[in-house]
Amino acid sequence: MSIAATTARETVQIASAGRSRDRNPASMVFLGALWFSLFFGVMVLVVLITDTAIDGAGRFDANLLTRYDSTLVPERTGFRAGILGTIWLMMFTALMAVPLGIAAAVYLEEFADSQKWYNRFIEVNLQNLAAVPAIVYGLLAVAVLAIVGINTRGVMLGGAIALALLILPVIIITTREAVRAVPEEIRQGSYALGATTWQTTWRQVLPSAVPGIATGTILGLSRAIGEAAPLVMLGLYSSVRFDPEGLMSAITALPIQIYGLSSNSQEAYREAASAAIIVLLVMVLGLNGLAIFIRNKFQRSW
Amino acid sequence: MSTNISNGAGPSLGAGLPGASLNLGKRSRPAESAIKSALFGSAMLSVLITFGIIIALIQPVLEFFGEIPLGDFFTFDETETFAVGPLIAATLVVTVIALLVAVPLGLGAAMYLSEYASKRARKILKPTVELLAGVPSVVYGFFAVVFVTPQLLQDILSLEVGFTNALAAGLVLGVMIIPTVASLAEDAFSAVPQALRQGSLAMGANRMQTTLRVVLPAALSGVAAAVVLGLSRAVGETMIVTLAAGSQRNLSIDPREGMQTMTGFMATTAGGENPVGSTSYNMLFAVGLTLFVITLVINMISIALVRRYRQAY
Repeated sequence: MSIAATTARETVQIASAGRSRDRNPASMVFLGALWFSLFFGVMVLVVLITDTAIDGAGRFDANLLTRYDSTLVPERTGFRAGILGTIWLMMFTALMAVPLGIAAAVYLEEFADSQKWYNRFIEVNLQNLAAVPAIVYGLLAVAVLAIVGINTRGVMLGGAIALALLILPVIIITTREAVRAVPEEIRQGSYALGATTWQTTWRQVLPSAVPGIATGTILGLSRAIGEAAPLVMLGLYSSVRFDPEGLMSAITALPIQIYGLSSNSQEAYREAASAAIIVLLVMVLGLNGLAIFIRNKFQRSW
Repeated sequence: MSTNISNGAGPSLGAGLPGASLNLGKRSRPAESAIKSALFGSAMLSVLITFGIIIALIQPVLEFFGEIPLGDFFTFDETETFAVGPLIAATLVVTVIALLVAVPLGLGAAMYLSEYASKRARKILKPTVELLAGVPSVVYGFFAVVFVTPQLLQDILSLEVGFTNALAAGLVLGVMIIPTVASLAEDAFSAVPQALRQGSLAMGANRMQTTLRVVLPAALSGVAAAVVLGLSRAVGETMIVTLAAGSQRNLSIDPREGMQTMTGFMATTAGGENPVGSTSYNMLFAVGLTLFVITLVINMISIALVRRYRQAY
């Protein structure tokens, strides 16, 4: 009687928890390996940030943000030009890439007939562009500048063009996902009231998709400001001792300055580069955090 | 207009009233079509960019091959100044190391996220993994030079590596592409129908067996696509290899040595003193075109693989 009751209870436990078969050693090792792979990257990130912060600890002072770079006094070299250059670059990149990206995404989602060969071609082409190496966009911007007839090295316009081209596919792809997530009923309701496709898109679909679009745009921009390869192609100097003045102004950017300093063996410059990395990481991870915040706070689930 | 709308998932709008919707759709709306063509123009820009890349690269490349015979470029001879072979070989060495890191870890993370994590845990864990992709590559490169090579490889593991070496570059590059592999692989695992898992569990398999013997094979083409996309990222990444792998042309498969990759060569040359239009400057574009073609082929394979698993379920 009691044996039967115990067996029954065990059976019920096994059936309800459904876990006992996952408790054997092989399964536990496997689960441990999965945990390890999940947290390995995070561990690397923690080591990276701690190590860099310790290296750069001596340089977290006002000079770091307010001074230009100095070859005479490495202990007081600053990243004013780079930080301002990165912010300006980000603005012009957004100005070029965001309207174009949203327009292209809206066309593909709301207007395009996906059966037509040219629309399919655009789709495949976009997928390819998203995976073109950043450095190739640098070469493209070099060519664009040459066509326009600008021969000065390292101007803002070139950098902004390269970065805008680089993040355009990212913005298009994320905007399309946001637009696609808006339920069909909202469109149909709008059409039923006599609105045209564009009126429906502008007044119903886009406002509903704003959080998703904002998330994608910010993520794209955070990628753009950390990118150094296309700027290296454009020949941006790592040493610029004036604030950016406009599109034709020679500029530098924070990643370029870090790149310039990392090949320098002087201890003081290494320290300054570490501190600059922390500044760049704060900007980039701050933007990432903002994007995740917007996604979690405003994203509607229909 | 109704034909356009009914492409979506919803039912055809004019289904009930074919006549009425046709009339409305036929009405000419100049502003509407102007907007449509403006939006179409923006979408076509992406095609223009592709052709722009090709045209931008072709002209200097033609100039380059006007002076240097094809055989001197496509050769693995280290002594040849304009050889691309050693650069490709170095890219391959670094990429293989990176994939050895990123594929197991990326797939492991994807399996956990898709098969084990609860919905709430996934919501927190996924952005955490993706954060790795957000770190600028120049930061990873700096980390490889000041930490991985001197402290991890030389002091802790006491390997005899040079100041710049392919090993450090590959390891750090691998960490950087973990999220790329993980994210696409997770999509593929999640696309496997629940019925397959239920069937496996009903047959008495545990979760590990289900994951490894049912979900993984079922998602194989998606996993392959994830690996291939990771490969393309690794081949095209620039700053890590420029800083950590070194700038000496070296035809070797020993990852402890420094070697210059294709992207490393491009960054070094563009930052150097070569006058615009000179043969060594034009080689930049020849290497760039080679890189573009290689990544294009890899991407095409990846896209085809993704299409296969999308069709399967």
